[in-house]
Amino acid sequence: MNEVNSLSNSRWINWFKLSSPSTFYPLAGKLIPIFWGLTAVFGMAGLWVSFFVAPVDAVQGQGYRIIFIHVPASWMSMLIYLVMAAWAGLGLVFNTRLSAMMAQALAPIGAWMAFLSLWTGAFWGKPMWGAWWVWDARLTSELILLFLYLGFIALQASIENPRRADKAGAILALVGVVNVPIIYFSVKWWNTLHQGASVSLSKAPAMAQTMLWGMLLMALCFWMYSIAVGLMRVRAIILEREAHTDWVRQLSEVKS
Amino acid sequence: MWNSPAEFFAMGGYALYVWSSFGVCALVLVLEPLFVRARFKAIVRRLKQEQLAEQFDKEKSH
Repeated sequence: MNEVNSLSNSRWINWFKLSSPSTFYPLAGKLIPIFWGLTAVFGMAGLWVSFFVAPVDAVQGQGYRIIFIHVPASWMSMLIYLVMAAWAGLGLVFNTRLSAMMAQALAPIGAWMAFLSLWTGAFWGKPMWGAWWVWDARLTSELILLFLYLGFIALQASIENPRRADKAGAILALVGVVNVPIIYFSVKWWNTLHQGASVSLSKAPAMAQTMLWGMLLMALCFWMYSIAVGLMRVRAIILEREAHTDWVRQLSEVKS
Repeated sequence: MWNSPAEFFAMGGYALYVWSSFGVCALVLVLEPLFVRARFKAIVRRLKQEQLAEQFDKEKSH
Protein backbone atom coordinates (compact mmCIF):
# COMPACT_ATOMS: atom_id res chain seq x y z
CA MET A 1 0.00 0.00 0.00
CA ASN A 2 2.73 2.33 1.00
CA GLU A 3 4.69 1.45 -2.06
CA VAL A 4 1.77 2.22 -4.33
CA ASN A 5 1.27 5.51 -2.64
CA SER A 6 4.84 6.61 -2.97
CA LEU A 7 4.88 5.54 -6.59
CA SER A 8 1.84 7.57 -7.54
CA ASN A 9 3.17 10.34 -5.42
CA SER A 10 6.48 10.52 -7.20
CA ARG A 11 4.75 10.39 -10.55
CA TRP A 12 2.56 13.28 -9.53
CA ILE A 13 5.56 15.30 -8.46
CA ASN A 14 7.36 14.50 -11.69
CA TRP A 15 4.52 15.84 -13.79
CA PHE A 16 4.39 18.94 -11.72
CA LYS A 17 8.10 19.42 -12.04
CA LEU A 18 7.93 19.01 -15.80
CA SER A 19 5.29 21.67 -16.05
CA SER A 20 7.65 24.21 -14.57
CA PRO A 21 9.58 26.22 -17.17
CA SER A 22 12.88 25.84 -15.29
CA THR A 23 12.80 22.02 -15.60
CA PHE A 24 11.34 21.95 -19.06
CA TYR A 25 13.82 24.40 -20.57
CA PRO A 26 16.92 22.13 -20.34
CA LEU A 27 14.87 19.03 -21.20
CA ALA A 28 13.58 20.71 -24.38
CA GLY A 29 17.17 21.62 -25.23
CA LYS A 30 18.13 17.95 -25.08
CA LEU A 31 15.11 16.80 -27.09
CA ILE A 32 15.54 19.23 -29.99
CA PRO A 33 18.46 17.41 -31.71
CA ILE A 34 16.62 14.09 -31.41
CA PHE A 35 13.58 15.47 -33.20
CA TRP A 36 15.74 17.10 -35.87
CA GLY A 37 17.38 13.73 -36.45
CA LEU A 38 13.99 12.04 -36.82
CA THR A 39 12.85 14.83 -39.16
CA ALA A 40 15.87 14.21 -41.40
CA VAL A 41 15.45 10.43 -41.42
CA PHE A 42 11.73 10.47 -42.18
CA GLY A 43 12.19 13.35 -44.63
CA MET A 44 14.84 11.58 -46.68
CA ALA A 45 12.92 8.30 -46.69
CA GLY A 46 9.69 10.11 -47.53
CA LEU A 47 11.20 12.12 -50.40
CA TRP A 48 12.84 9.00 -51.77
CA VAL A 49 9.53 7.15 -51.83
CA SER A 50 7.67 10.23 -53.15
CA PHE A 51 9.91 10.71 -56.14
CA PHE A 52 11.56 7.39 -56.88
CA VAL A 53 9.37 4.58 -55.58
CA ALA A 54 5.77 5.72 -55.92
CA PRO A 55 4.54 5.00 -59.45
CA VAL A 56 3.08 7.60 -61.78
CA ASP A 57 -0.67 8.18 -61.36
CA ALA A 58 -2.90 6.85 -64.11
CA VAL A 59 -5.08 9.96 -64.23
CA GLN A 60 -2.95 12.83 -62.91
CA GLY A 61 0.45 11.83 -64.28
CA GLN A 62 3.44 13.12 -62.31
CA GLY A 63 1.43 16.11 -61.08
CA TYR A 64 -0.12 14.03 -58.32
CA ARG A 65 3.23 13.98 -56.45
CA ILE A 66 2.15 17.22 -54.77
CA ILE A 67 0.05 14.95 -52.55
CA PHE A 68 3.19 13.98 -50.62
CA ILE A 69 3.43 17.44 -49.08
CA HIS A 70 -0.15 18.64 -49.48
CA VAL A 71 -1.73 15.95 -47.31
CA PRO A 72 0.92 16.02 -44.53
CA ALA A 73 0.74 19.84 -44.36
CA SER A 74 -3.05 19.69 -44.16
CA TRP A 75 -3.02 16.98 -41.49
CA MET A 76 -0.48 18.89 -39.43
CA SER A 77 -2.40 22.16 -39.73
CA MET A 78 -5.40 20.44 -38.12
CA LEU A 79 -3.46 18.37 -35.59
CA ILE A 80 -1.37 21.32 -34.42
CA TYR A 81 -4.54 23.35 -33.96
CA LEU A 82 -6.01 20.66 -31.69
CA VAL A 83 -2.79 20.36 -29.68
CA MET A 84 -2.49 24.14 -29.43
CA ALA A 85 -6.09 24.46 -28.23
CA ALA A 86 -5.53 21.66 -25.71
CA TRP A 87 -2.47 23.41 -24.26
CA ALA A 88 -4.32 26.72 -24.21
CA GLY A 89 -7.27 25.07 -22.46
CA LEU A 90 -4.97 23.44 -19.89
CA GLY A 91 -3.40 26.81 -19.24
CA LEU A 92 -6.83 28.34 -18.77
CA VAL A 93 -7.98 25.65 -16.32
CA PHE A 94 -4.82 25.00 -14.29
CA ASN A 95 -3.22 28.39 -14.75
CA THR A 96 0.12 26.77 -15.58
CA ARG A 97 2.62 29.08 -17.23
CA LEU A 98 4.19 26.48 -19.47
CA SER A 99 0.96 25.35 -21.16
CA ALA A 100 0.20 28.83 -22.40
CA MET A 101 3.76 29.15 -23.69
CA MET A 102 3.39 25.85 -25.54
CA ALA A 103 0.21 27.09 -27.22
CA GLN A 104 1.97 30.28 -28.21
CA ALA A 105 4.95 28.36 -29.59
CA LEU A 106 2.78 26.13 -31.76
CA ALA A 107 0.61 28.81 -33.38
CA PRO A 108 3.13 30.03 -36.00
CA ILE A 109 3.99 26.47 -37.12
CA GLY A 110 0.32 25.68 -37.48
CA ALA A 111 -0.20 28.85 -39.48
CA TRP A 112 2.67 27.90 -41.80
CA MET A 113 1.24 24.40 -42.23
CA ALA A 114 -2.18 25.85 -43.12
CA PHE A 115 -0.47 28.21 -45.57
CA LEU A 116 1.47 25.34 -47.15
CA SER A 117 -1.69 23.28 -47.40
CA LEU A 118 -3.42 26.11 -49.30
CA TRP A 119 -0.37 26.91 -51.41
CA THR A 120 0.30 23.34 -52.53
CA GLY A 121 -3.43 22.89 -52.98
CA ALA A 122 -3.54 25.87 -55.33
CA PHE A 123 -0.65 24.49 -57.37
CA TRP A 124 -2.40 21.15 -57.51
CA GLY A 125 -5.83 22.59 -58.29
CA LYS A 126 -4.61 24.69 -61.20
CA PRO A 127 -3.52 21.81 -63.46
CA MET A 128 -6.20 19.36 -62.31
CA TRP A 129 -9.29 21.55 -61.88
CA GLY A 130 -8.19 24.52 -63.98
CA ALA A 131 -8.47 26.94 -61.06
CA TRP A 132 -6.04 28.14 -58.37
CA TRP A 133 -8.87 28.65 -55.97
CA VAL A 134 -12.55 27.79 -55.66
CA TRP A 135 -14.90 28.67 -52.81
CA ASP A 136 -15.33 25.04 -51.96
CA ALA A 137 -16.22 23.88 -48.44
CA ARG A 138 -12.87 22.25 -47.76
CA LEU A 139 -10.74 25.06 -49.17
CA THR A 140 -12.78 27.72 -47.42
CA SER A 141 -12.70 25.99 -44.03
CA GLU A 142 -8.92 25.50 -44.34
CA LEU A 143 -8.59 29.22 -45.12
CA ILE A 144 -10.62 29.95 -41.98
CA LEU A 145 -8.16 27.76 -40.05
CA LEU A 146 -5.29 29.93 -41.31
CA PHE A 147 -7.21 33.04 -40.18
CA LEU A 148 -7.83 31.45 -36.77
CA TYR A 149 -4.10 30.92 -36.33
CA LEU A 150 -3.34 34.47 -37.45
CA GLY A 151 -6.10 35.81 -35.19
CA PHE A 152 -4.66 33.89 -32.23
CA ILE A 153 -1.18 35.27 -32.89
CA ALA A 154 -2.43 38.84 -33.44
CA LEU A 155 -4.67 38.77 -30.37
CA GLN A 156 -1.85 37.59 -28.12
CA ALA A 157 0.54 40.14 -29.58
CA SER A 158 -1.93 42.99 -29.04
CA ILE A 159 -2.40 42.42 -25.28
CA GLU A 160 0.41 43.78 -23.16
CA ASN A 161 -0.12 41.66 -20.05
CA PRO A 162 1.05 38.13 -20.92
CA ARG A 163 -1.34 36.37 -18.52
CA ARG A 164 -4.34 38.18 -19.95
CA ALA A 165 -3.05 37.58 -23.47
CA ASP A 166 -2.89 33.85 -22.65
CA LYS A 167 -6.48 33.84 -21.44
CA ALA A 168 -7.88 35.75 -24.39
CA GLY A 169 -5.91 33.58 -26.82
CA ALA A 170 -7.07 30.39 -25.11
CA ILE A 171 -10.72 31.34 -25.48
CA LEU A 172 -10.25 32.14 -29.16
CA ALA A 173 -8.36 28.86 -29.70
CA LEU A 174 -11.03 26.80 -27.95
CA VAL A 175 -13.90 28.40 -29.84
CA GLY A 176 -12.03 27.79 -33.09
CA VAL A 177 -11.77 24.04 -32.44
CA VAL A 178 -15.24 23.67 -33.96
CA ASN A 179 -13.66 24.42 -37.34
CA VAL A 180 -11.39 21.35 -37.33
CA PRO A 181 -14.12 18.69 -37.72
CA ILE A 182 -15.75 20.96 -40.28
CA ILE A 183 -12.58 20.82 -42.39
CA TYR A 184 -12.16 17.11 -41.87
CA PHE A 185 -15.72 16.11 -42.77
CA SER A 186 -16.35 18.87 -45.32
CA VAL A 187 -15.79 16.47 -48.21
CA LYS A 188 -18.50 14.21 -46.79
CA TRP A 189 -21.01 16.78 -45.65
CA TRP A 190 -21.00 18.91 -48.77
CA ASN A 191 -20.70 18.19 -52.42
CA THR A 192 -17.23 19.56 -52.99
CA LEU A 193 -14.81 19.77 -55.86
CA HIS A 194 -12.10 18.60 -53.50
CA GLN A 195 -11.66 14.84 -53.60
CA GLY A 196 -12.66 12.67 -50.65
CA ALA A 197 -10.31 11.55 -47.91
CA SER A 198 -7.30 9.65 -49.27
CA VAL A 199 -6.89 7.71 -46.06
CA SER A 200 -9.81 6.55 -43.98
CA LEU A 201 -9.84 4.69 -40.70
CA SER A 202 -12.81 2.55 -41.64
CA LYS A 203 -11.81 1.24 -45.04
CA ALA A 204 -8.72 0.35 -47.01
CA PRO A 205 -7.01 3.38 -48.55
CA ALA A 206 -7.93 4.03 -52.15
CA MET A 207 -4.36 4.27 -53.36
CA ALA A 208 -1.27 2.25 -54.10
CA GLN A 209 0.66 0.97 -51.09
CA THR A 210 3.82 2.83 -52.02
CA MET A 211 1.94 6.11 -52.38
CA LEU A 212 0.46 5.59 -48.95
CA TRP A 213 3.91 4.88 -47.50
CA GLY A 214 5.34 8.02 -49.05
CA MET A 215 2.55 10.07 -47.57
CA LEU A 216 2.88 8.54 -44.11
CA LEU A 217 6.66 9.02 -44.07
CA MET A 218 6.30 12.65 -45.11
CA ALA A 219 3.59 13.14 -42.48
CA LEU A 220 5.96 11.74 -39.82
CA CYS A 221 8.68 14.07 -41.10
CA PHE A 222 6.34 17.09 -40.78
CA TRP A 223 5.28 15.89 -37.36
CA MET A 224 8.81 15.59 -36.00
CA TYR A 225 9.65 18.93 -37.61
CA SER A 226 6.74 20.62 -35.85
CA ILE A 227 7.88 19.23 -32.50
CA ALA A 228 11.48 20.32 -33.10
CA VAL A 229 10.55 23.87 -34.10
CA GLY A 230 7.91 24.04 -31.37
CA LEU A 231 10.49 23.14 -28.72
CA MET A 232 12.93 25.68 -30.15
CA ARG A 233 10.34 28.42 -30.02
CA VAL A 234 9.06 27.51 -26.57
CA ARG A 235 12.62 27.85 -25.26
CA ALA A 236 12.83 31.35 -26.69
CA ILE A 237 9.44 32.23 -25.17
CA ILE A 238 10.48 30.80 -21.79
CA LEU A 239 13.62 32.94 -21.74
CA GLU A 240 11.64 36.03 -22.73
CA ARG A 241 8.95 35.56 -20.13
CA GLU A 242 11.15 34.33 -17.29
CA ALA A 243 13.97 36.79 -17.91
CA HIS A 244 13.59 38.27 -14.44
CA THR A 245 13.86 34.93 -12.58
CA ASP A 246 16.90 33.60 -10.78
CA TRP A 247 17.10 30.33 -12.66
CA VAL A 248 17.37 32.13 -16.01
CA ARG A 249 20.10 34.35 -14.61
CA GLN A 250 22.02 31.24 -13.50
CA LEU A 251 21.87 29.59 -16.96
CA SER A 252 25.29 28.97 -18.43
CA GLU A 253 24.34 30.46 -21.80
CA VAL A 254 23.17 33.69 -20.17
CA LYS A 255 25.90 34.10 -17.56
CA SER A 256 28.63 36.47 -18.58
CA MET B 1 11.37 5.13 -63.31
CA TRP B 2 13.18 8.23 -64.57
CA ASN B 3 15.39 7.79 -67.62
CA SER B 4 17.33 11.02 -67.23
CA PRO B 5 17.68 13.93 -64.80
CA ALA B 6 15.97 16.14 -67.39
CA GLU B 7 12.96 13.88 -67.36
CA PHE B 8 12.90 13.99 -63.58
CA PHE B 9 12.92 17.78 -63.51
CA ALA B 10 10.27 18.00 -66.22
CA MET B 11 7.86 15.99 -64.02
CA GLY B 12 5.87 14.84 -67.02
CA GLY B 13 4.92 18.42 -67.90
CA TYR B 14 3.93 19.36 -64.34
CA ALA B 15 7.31 20.89 -63.46
CA LEU B 16 5.89 24.34 -62.59
CA TYR B 17 3.27 22.92 -60.23
CA VAL B 18 5.33 20.22 -58.57
CA TRP B 19 8.46 22.32 -58.06
CA SER B 20 6.54 25.42 -56.91
CA SER B 21 4.87 23.28 -54.27
CA PHE B 22 7.98 21.48 -53.09
CA GLY B 23 10.14 24.61 -53.45
CA VAL B 24 7.98 26.91 -51.34
CA CYS B 25 7.48 24.12 -48.83
CA ALA B 26 11.24 23.62 -48.47
CA LEU B 27 11.79 27.38 -48.25
CA VAL B 28 9.26 27.80 -45.43
CA LEU B 29 10.47 24.76 -43.51
CA VAL B 30 14.11 25.92 -43.71
CA LEU B 31 13.54 29.62 -42.95
CA GLU B 32 11.23 29.06 -39.99
CA PRO B 33 13.80 27.37 -37.68
CA LEU B 34 16.43 29.92 -38.78
CA PHE B 35 14.17 32.76 -37.64
CA VAL B 36 13.46 31.00 -34.38
CA ARG B 37 17.16 30.48 -33.78
CA ALA B 38 17.86 34.16 -34.51
CA ARG B 39 15.16 35.16 -32.02
CA PHE B 40 16.60 32.82 -29.40
CA LYS B 41 20.11 34.18 -29.89
CA ALA B 42 18.88 37.76 -29.68
CA ILE B 43 17.22 37.06 -26.31
CA VAL B 44 20.33 35.35 -24.93
CA ARG B 45 22.45 38.29 -26.09
CA ARG B 46 20.09 40.77 -24.42
CA LEU B 47 20.07 38.83 -21.16
CA LYS B 48 23.86 38.65 -21.20
CA GLN B 49 24.15 42.40 -21.74
CA GLU B 50 21.76 43.06 -18.88
CA GLN B 51 23.88 40.94 -16.54
CA LEU B 52 27.05 42.69 -17.68
CA ALA B 53 25.44 46.07 -17.08
CA GLU B 54 24.40 45.01 -13.57
CA GLN B 55 27.87 43.77 -12.72
CA PHE B 56 29.32 47.01 -14.00
CA ASP B 57 26.94 49.00 -11.83
CA LYS B 58 27.87 46.96 -8.76
CA GLU B 59 31.58 47.42 -9.32
CA LYS B 60 31.14 51.16 -9.71
CA SER B 61 29.21 51.51 -6.47
CA HIS B 62 31.93 49.75 -4.46
